[in-house]
Amino acid sequence: MSVLVYTESDNGNLKKIAFEVASYAKAVADQLGTSVTAITINTSNASELGNYGVDKVLNVSNTQLDTFNANAYASAIKAAAEKEEAKVVIVSSSADSKYLAPLLAVQLNAGFASNVVEAPSSTSPFTVKRTAFTNKAFNMTTINTDVKLVAVSNNSFGLVASNGNATVEEFSVSVPELGVTVESVDKASDKVSIADAEIVVSAGRGLKGPENWGMVEELAEVLGAATACSKPVSDLGWRPHSEHVGQTGKPVASNLYIAIGISGAIQHLAGINASKVKVVINTDPEAPFFKAADYGVVGDAFEVVPTLIEKLKTFKAQQ
Amino acid sequence: MKILVCISHVPDTTSKINFTDGDTKFDTNGVQFVINPNDEFGLTRAMWFKEKQGANVTVVNVGGPETEPTLRKALAIGADAAIRVNAQATDGFAVAKELTNVINNGGYDLVIAGRESIDYNGGMVPGMIAGLTNANFVNNCINLEVEGNNAKATREIDGGKETVATSLPLVIGGQKGLVEESDLRIPNMRGIMMARKKPLTVLESTNANTETASVKFEKPAPKGAVKLVDADNIDELVSLLHNEAKVI
Ligand SMILES: Cc1cc2nc3c(=O)[nH]c(=O)nc-3n(C[C@H](O)[C@H](O)[C@H](O)COP(=O)(O)OP(=O)(O)OC[C@H]3O[C@@H](n4cnc5c(N)ncnc54)[C@H](O)[C@@H]3O)c2cc1C
Ligand SMILES: Nc1ncnc2c1ncn2[C@@H]1O[C@H](COP(=O)(O)O)[C@@H](O)[C@H]1O
Repeated sequence: MSVLVYTESDNGNLKKIAFEVASYAKAVADQLGTSVTAITINTSNASELGNYGVDKVLNVSNTQLDTFNANAYASAIKAAAEKEEAKVVIVSSSADSKYLAPLLAVQLNAGFASNVVEAPSSTSPFTVKRTAFTNKAFNMTTINTDVKLVAVSNNSFGLVASNGNATVEEFSVSVPELGVTVESVDKASDKVSIADAEIVVSAGRGLKGPENWGMVEELAEVLGAATACSKPVSDLGWRPHSEHVGQTGKPVASNLYIAIGISGAIQHLAGINASKVKVVINTDPEAPFFKAADYGVVGDAFEVVPTLIEKLKTFKAQQ
Repeated sequence: MKILVCISHVPDTTSKINFTDGDTKFDTNGVQFVINPNDEFGLTRAMWFKEKQGANVTVVNVGGPETEPTLRKALAIGADAAIRVNAQATDGFAVAKELTNVINNGGYDLVIAGRESIDYNGGMVPGMIAGLTNANFVNNCINLEVEGNNAKATREIDGGKETVATSLPLVIGGQKGLVEESDLRIPNMRGIMMARKKPLTVLESTNANTETASVKFEKPAPKGAVKLVDADNIDELVSLLHNEAKVI
């Protein structure tokens, strides 16, 4: 009757969010007085999950699953849930997990709560806190089915180390008809994605034109950050759509969000509010973003950003 | 091709969010409702399928009578028919079951839903419909072409995108990219007049079980005042981010 957690990997190595969902699973298992089983797919370092409270790993090694397929991955997780007789199944909020989770909910006939930001406030009834209205509010939700599915918001729970040991067992599954097959993948391997980033550097219409993004990219590079932009910037074609963040774009839940030349419209703020620390750089002291930020610089981005880059380089050199 | 576009009726993006009845209910007072932005992209893509490939487009919402103006707007944009399933949309799973019933009775080849609604943010209805109807499913869909029984789609992944091949029946969770912002349509007078004559069928709910229940809403804690750093003193900003905020 353990808690089952799906821990994702990339090229055989566990992602950071895998350790976060494992930490979350451990918290739930402690509340229920049970253990944590993780399921991994084609993962070489699965035993590291022991450091985050996982007791046992079921690792699926199957070349048919080298490429992500929502149906096939959901079936594998379902098989593991059945084997473990899991009553609570936990996944992350990566694009892949968000893709497979509703399919898994149907397969398990499980009530599903997504965007969950805290450990359950009660396990009977099973009650979790999730974001709603795109970060403008939280919603306490009970899941009333026998098997429960929880998707944890990225970067909401954090990593909680525990000194345990995970045993790794091979777990074989049958692969269903795929239905959807991947033809090509277009992924910049040297760039940090907004979903995975701990720091996001974002810029808006205040930068005047796409030719001025060099300093944004340089700042991101110094910080190891992902780059993002406001909606008009992507609508104008200055930056790709994949960088559009906000209520109607990608959600951001980073540790640090730096907004350059962004006014802070309600739709923008809703999507980035889950970030822990927000810094705004804007010429206009009345810009609404100053009300939502932790730190602010009233100044011209074309002066402030290059200076910030220099200062950060000096700081990094001293570290 | 028969297309069903799932329309979620949501508060306009500028809405201030408040609650009533001891924080158990969303306060609709003074709130303007719109077609969920992700659904609007999907609806516009469906209009292109209609105009270029002769598709027939039905829009559907699971909700009370108050959602009908939103469905009428979709009709004014160009959908052929609308269906409202008369049930309160309280749980994604229950909504998906109601929609599954509509799909099984209507025989749709392609179901276009949004990646996520901006009110409930479940990100669950499209995938659940696909699971319940045994259709193929592509989420975070930013491009879709259908020819005969085959479909080619692009989906956003973390840090990039992926092109996939699949076939009908298909459900997608759509978003911006299916069409661009500048492609979105504002209903014109003729569209609004025609929409009045188009069928809006009300179906009774099947009373699908709800698996989850909302207990209470909370608003985020109010934010402390911003700490301003002088533009001539960026060293201080670096120091604050390192020593105080501990994020670098
Ligand atoms: C349905 C709908 C959905 C939307 N969804 C989103 C969304 O998801 N995400 C989103 O971002 N927006 C969204 N918006 C748009 C939103 O309302 C704002 O229009 C948008 O966020 C403004 O972008 P901006 O801050 O880059 O530009 P502006 O509002 O034009 O702000 C530019 C800012 O730059 C500052 N500035 C100018 N020059 C400089 C300089 N040299 N140095 C420093 N600062 C400078 C200005 O003082 C100003 O504050 C949505 C709107 C609608 C209607
Ligand atoms: N009550 C509803 N009626 C019709 N479609 C809905 C409803 N709720 C959600 N959907 C569809 O499912 C998508 C995702 O919604 P959600 O799962 O709530 O994030 C929306 O963009 C709509 O396309």
